[in-house]
Amino acid sequence: MNPLKTLTARVVALPNENVDTDQITPARFLKVTDKAGMDNYLFADWRYDAAGNARPDFVLNQPRAQGAQILLAGDNFGCGSSREHAVWALTAFGFRAVISTSFADIFRNNALKNGLLTIVVDKASHRDLFDLVAEIPDAQLTIDVAAQTLTLPDGRAVNFPLDPFARTCFLEGVDELGYLLARRDAISQYERNTQHGTREA
Amino acid sequence: MTPRTLFDRIWSRHVVVQEPQSPAVLYVDLHLVHEVTSPQAFQDLCARGLKVRRPDKTFATIDHIVPTDRRGFPIADAQAAEQVRQIETNCRACGVQLFGLDDPRRGIVHVIGPELGLTQPGMTIVCGDSHTATHGAFGALAFGVGTSQVEHVLATQCLLQYKPKTMQVRVDGTLPRGVTAKDLVLALIAQIGIGGGTGSVIEYAGAAIRALSMEARLTICNMTIEAGARAGMIAPDDTTFEYLAGREFAPKGAAWDAALAHWKTLPTDDGATFDETVSLDASALEPMITFGTNPGMGMPIAGRIPDPATISDASQKHALTKALAYMNLQPGQALLGHPIDVAFIGSCTNGRLSDLRAAAAVLKSRHVSPRTRVLVVPGSQQVKRQAEQEGLHEIFRAAGAEWREPGCSLCIAMNGDSLEPGQYCISTSNRNFEGRQGKGGRTFLGSPLTAAASALAGAVADAREFSIADF
Ligand code: SF4
Repeated sequence: MNPLKTLTARVVALPNENVDTDQITPARFLKVTDKAGMDNYLFADWRYDAAGNARPDFVLNQPRAQGAQILLAGDNFGCGSSREHAVWALTAFGFRAVISTSFADIFRNNALKNGLLTIVVDKASHRDLFDLVAEIPDAQLTIDVAAQTLTLPDGRAVNFPLDPFARTCFLEGVDELGYLLARRDAISQYERNTQHGTREA
Repeated sequence: MTPRTLFDRIWSRHVVVQEPQSPAVLYVDLHLVHEVTSPQAFQDLCARGLKVRRPDKTFATIDHIVPTDRRGFPIADAQAAEQVRQIETNCRACGVQLFGLDDPRRGIVHVIGPELGLTQPGMTIVCGDSHTATHGAFGALAFGVGTSQVEHVLATQCLLQYKPKTMQVRVDGTLPRGVTAKDLVLALIAQIGIGGGTGSVIEYAGAAIRALSMEARLTICNMTIEAGARAGMIAPDDTTFEYLAGREFAPKGAAWDAALAHWKTLPTDDGATFDETVSLDASALEPMITFGTNPGMGMPIAGRIPDPATISDASQKHALTKALAYMNLQPGQALLGHPIDVAFIGSCTNGRLSDLRAAAAVLKSRHVSPRTRVLVVPGSQQVKRQAEQEGLHEIFRAAGAEWREPGCSLCIAMNGDSLEPGQYCISTSNRNFEGRQGKGGRTFLGSPLTAAASALAGAVADAREFSIADF
């Protein structure tokens, strides 16, 4: 994965809460067998009408969404299915970070594997961010992964939690599979021990 | 010794490496694979020049995109056919056993794991599918993963995982007649909310859980993910062991005796603590139905839809308002008597033999409403054969229902089975998300009894109003 150290980018707001992965990428688009062109499926049923025309009132169809790299989402984002397609669609569209008050576990995991930063903020900051975007539609936010801060245009910084391992993954572009492969000897040892049922916790 | 939980025992037995400030390297005993979430994993694996480390612990099937009408073969949808082709090629190349299109053991991945005896107590089990939680009903630690993690497990048989929190859900009392495991779990999700289990593994305990059959336990653990939890578990007991004995992949002979001795050591000790505990009284439950667009928006079947105006939390108020607009329902409205276009009986939640028996008991010697299309989709080839041996298919057909081939079908609407925009469906599946059963389709989740009773009435109905023989 590509490292992500700092990012200053425009934010688009999608206030719906409990956005499930069936909304992020409807199931009929899961029949693909590669990751190409996933951006076309992002929020497809909200973005396009029955005839396939873009709905102008949907935020991702508006000019301000072009080049935006931060998604400000409602509570409990990414619930439902384990489909990584949801993350691929978001990153293919250009998002590098999503902000919410909480994320579903599998979504957060999938996001990390694809270099999509999930930023959890408290309810008050979350409201302030929505107010900010309502007031200044092309507002930019700055994310500093090392400092774990999100900085608003007025200079106010909001801290966000990030576990040390994920932080290293983002800063150094660590690849989890590489980490696991480097521990192959330990895995073999574990397999030898458990084969005979000798390993006791 | 400090009392320990079932979860804790399984977790600590499977930690290969735990470095400070890092997730654990957790060993996976059983990796289940299906056609939708695996192609990119196999591609990336090949691109890195890696092999499947333990093909003997990896089993694949085809369930999501498979037509449930015999006339659907060969598969006309080019993308679906390509997914079938890829899983066949990948499994052959990697030496992974595939229960393919013509295999008598094929079925929904979470139905066949248990029925083939692959799913066993004490195991760690993963699959690129959120409903992997189902397998926890055997006292296994089973959870869904994304495609990147499918690749990790293929390559290393391990995953990076942080130790989750634990939650105990105690269900005491006795389920009243006509109230099922599905109603129990819908009531739980309505109570704790769809984010109520986030970050946790739930262990279900209490007299009402112990009294459940293995299949009913699978229904409960299956829906655990709808409460946002990582996994659901139920301690193994005689019900579990009796179910497993003699199944194809279950241990045999001396290996069975050794396994049994080990499985009996797994249950949570008295006095073990959980990060959180929730209680439910089974005796007070009623059949449940959902009215909204997430599984937490549920109520007793005779209830009235809540009014967003009475909800103080702004985001919940907004979510309910939006859901009711999508469903075209009004606050205060009752659902009993609401017209139903389609009834779907099937899925990894309620597509097992006991579910079909329950539906058949309601439909027997009756006929479904002319305004309702009824699809009965067995969860696997084996479920289909067993149901046919019992003559259930005759009951369904005589009642005017469609008896179909096994697969996920209308649970996810990827295979051509789909709702029309605006249609209402009473469904025994697990998700009522917008568009889940087809673009613009509207889903009411309920039990097989409720779905069958509603199919007869052509409208949401309470199965307790019908006289039903024992099943
Ligand atoms: S039946 Fe539905 S929930 Fe179960 S595996 Fe298939 S699509 Fe997923």
